[in-house]
Amino acid sequence: MSDLNTQAVAKYRNNFLKEVEACVEEGDWVKMCMQCGVCSGSCPFGPHWDHPPQELFMMIRAGKREEVLTSSSMWMCTSCYNCIVRCPREIPITHIMHGLANYAHRLGLAPKNQPTRHFSGLFWNNIIKTGRVNELKLSLGLYFRDGLVSGIKVGMAMASVGIGMVLAKRLNPIELIKPHGCKDTKGIHAMLKKAREIEDRRKGLTAA
Amino acid sequence: MADQKIAAYVCQGCGLGERLDTKALAQIAKTDGKAHLIREHEFLCNADGVATIQKDIDEGVTHIAIAACSRRSKTEAFYFPTVAMSRANLREGVIWVRPEGDEHQETTQEMAQDYVRMACAEAKKLVQPMGNTDVACDATVLVVGGGITGMTAALEASKTGYKVILVEKAAQLGGWAGKLWKRVPFKEPFADPADTGVEAMITAIAADGNIKVYLNATIAKTDGAPGRFMIDIATESGSVAQEHVGSIVQASGFTLYDMNKLPELGGGKSPHVVDQAGLEALAKAANGGAIKRADGSAVNTVVFVQCAGQRDDTGKHLSYCSGTCCNTSIKQAMYFKDQNPDVDTVVIFDDLRTPGNGEDFYRSAQKKGVTFTKGKVSSVEANGSGLKVVFNDLILGDQNATIENADLVVLATGQVPNSGVNIDPSKLEEETESVAEFKQISILNLSYRQGPDVPQLKQGFVDSHFICFPYESRRTGIYPAGPVRRPMDIAQATEDATGATMKAIQAIENAAVGRAAHPRSGDLSFPIVRIEGCTQCKRCTVECPFGAIDEDEKRYPVFNESRCRRCGTCMGACPVRVISFENYSVDSVGSQIKAVDMPDEFQEKPRILILACENDAYPALDMAGMNHNNYSAYVRIIPVRCLGSVNLIWVTDALNSGYDGVMMMGCKHGDNYQCHFVKGSEIASQRLSKVDETLKSLNLEPERVQNFEVAITDIERVPQLINDYAAKIQEIGMSPFKF
Repeated sequence: MSDLNTQAVAKYRNNFLKEVEACVEEGDWVKMCMQCGVCSGSCPFGPHWDHPPQELFMMIRAGKREEVLTSSSMWMCTSCYNCIVRCPREIPITHIMHGLANYAHRLGLAPKNQPTRHFSGLFWNNIIKTGRVNELKLSLGLYFRDGLVSGIKVGMAMASVGIGMVLAKRLNPIELIKPHGCKDTKGIHAMLKKAREIEDRRKGLTAA
Repeated sequence: MADQKIAAYVCQGCGLGERLDTKALAQIAKTDGKAHLIREHEFLCNADGVATIQKDIDEGVTHIAIAACSRRSKTEAFYFPTVAMSRANLREGVIWVRPEGDEHQETTQEMAQDYVRMACAEAKKLVQPMGNTDVACDATVLVVGGGITGMTAALEASKTGYKVILVEKAAQLGGWAGKLWKRVPFKEPFADPADTGVEAMITAIAADGNIKVYLNATIAKTDGAPGRFMIDIATESGSVAQEHVGSIVQASGFTLYDMNKLPELGGGKSPHVVDQAGLEALAKAANGGAIKRADGSAVNTVVFVQCAGQRDDTGKHLSYCSGTCCNTSIKQAMYFKDQNPDVDTVVIFDDLRTPGNGEDFYRSAQKKGVTFTKGKVSSVEANGSGLKVVFNDLILGDQNATIENADLVVLATGQVPNSGVNIDPSKLEEETESVAEFKQISILNLSYRQGPDVPQLKQGFVDSHFICFPYESRRTGIYPAGPVRRPMDIAQATEDATGATMKAIQAIENAAVGRAAHPRSGDLSFPIVRIEGCTQCKRCTVECPFGAIDEDEKRYPVFNESRCRRCGTCMGACPVRVISFENYSVDSVGSQIKAVDMPDEFQEKPRILILACENDAYPALDMAGMNHNNYSAYVRIIPVRCLGSVNLIWVTDALNSGYDGVMMMGCKHGDNYQCHFVKGSEIASQRLSKVDETLKSLNLEPERVQNFEVAITDIERVPQLINDYAAKIQEIGMSPFKF
């Protein structure tokens, strides 16, 4: 358990709904769900989730903290927004899914090898470095996710695409060595730091 | 009737002139119909045609037969209230249901000629009713029950200028609503519990000079009929007050289903398991402060169990949904949340049903933090000083979801109507014992021959057709309103009371002039009995769907005309045929049956008699005509007030005079009946079930008389039924009784 998690458990004890309302983006909407199931029926990934949104909301209300936060379900959301459009209670379900995922990640409870979580991490670390996405590094990072051998294999398979993109000037191999950033990288970093501070203050989280 | 002067009018409009030989029809009216005066007119319902008829009437015509369109059309044009009138339906009944062409012309013309004969025959037997002179008018409304429904009815009637007697069995007005801390909101924004308004109503009633209130009083006896009810009111002191009223609104309300019958949910086992009334009492005791348990301890967690003893398919409890308890539980959960948001309130529901604007109220409760859990509670048990609630969580699929530490459990038991004694013994066995228990004490103590209370339909609720004619009961002049009619909340009961009051006022005004109430509104005819012919068989007094007929000490029937709805079921029942109406009698229909020209056996032209209910089957036949859905030319249709008014002599007469088949078309009967006279079609089918033996004794096939259930929407089906039946008759062959 991370420090943050211990802290959250101590603070909210058994009332997980209150914790979600305070710490999860748009979490105060969870209590408004009327269990109609339209979101679950509308989700294109519905059959592949352990718990569709309607069920996650019920689990939150039933205080099933561990089960919700370690679940891979909210990581399955593809942001198609079908559920938001259809929800008769106008609950921002997609945002809550991302909020839950983010909260579980910060508490260190999110499932370790969940592909979406892995990619999200790669993307985030990639973009905050220079303020720009370095596509070459991002895709190579993804190739080597499962180790060196499989990375080389995937790289070989994709080689012709890469060469084509270089010829079409859509890809610059020099980026691998000398990535180009935005004009004010320092400013970006300062901005992100401030944003996190504000968020933590709002959610009442002190540790970073 | 020496001074009868009959005029027959044959219309040539709407294509009648082109399709039919109207000259021949006029000739038939003269030779067969024996009309004294015959006129053809090219457009009878226009101003000139109507003026022609009126002129003839002014010159001494007493009976008119109009051969034109259906009796249901052009009723404004053909309105001659001073003479008896019959109509031959040549348009909807003949030319619109028959295909054109020479090969059909002969049978179509025969059809029209028979209808002209029938109309002339009928006209002769009619007397224009002048209304019952035995009328009385006590323009006072009796309201039984002083709850929201009763108080609303009293105030509404008083506002309209009628006097009101309000009888309440408790010591104060208010009923259930008076026991509530707050009510479910009925105005925008539907967010918070609202004041009940009972106090204001009680004050208004006290200040109203038109309303006389009896508290601690019950109805000891109800005697009489609309316009002249005599009520004995038993008061607290033991004395009996007598009041004369014109009509009655029965607002006797409901009783909560007894939670002691739900021991598995802790009902009656723990003082901390209460029903919704119990919680209202705790809330009233708290008077806006924190609601405490009966032992005075604080409540931190309260669980509301919805559908407790309701929507039960095992037959042990109520099978229906009361439709009010969800909103009530939401309201009661708010009592806690509004006072202290930290109290945990959980509503365990199966389907949350929030009629009216309850959806906004539900949303408001969610915003306030009331937890709603979809599940079915299996047990409530004591757990230390608190209660353990075990339920099947229907979303998470957890059979044994548990709330360990509830301080208070509220059971949402349903509404059981206070409808008095179930006077229909055939229904009694179907009822579960638990429901029947509430029905021991009569509410109205009617002195009617058929029993002391208003008949019930299902589950003890008073019988009233909820779509076609709400508020109507099977006792004319007595209008049930509020939860005695069906489960309802305060807002619905208020509306219901207003509607029932309107009907009660209508009943008074109708009774004052001897007019019929719904569905033959405005009919001035009434049953006339030739008492010297009566054999005291009691069929009429037993079968009358409206309990209009009592018995005197010599067991002769006593007709209470203002209780009567003019369905004619008594006329159909009477084996010696001594009951008739001035404008509808055994003779008026019988002579139409006999007026039809019967072709001999060798012409291969069968004749089929159709007796069609004027409320559903006849309009369906008319509409089939409007849609030009063709049917056989061998049928002759006679509308009847209700299939219940069909006297079996008509069937026997028809068969004896050579008809090849008889179709009876009435409304659906049984639990979801559509009969406008409730029992008429059912009684007819019972009578008809005994016809088979008669047919056998006549050596006739049972198919020659058949009963059909027809709804007003059966526009496509009715012609099909007729054609199928005609084909069947062709198959069986001609009747051997032709001359």
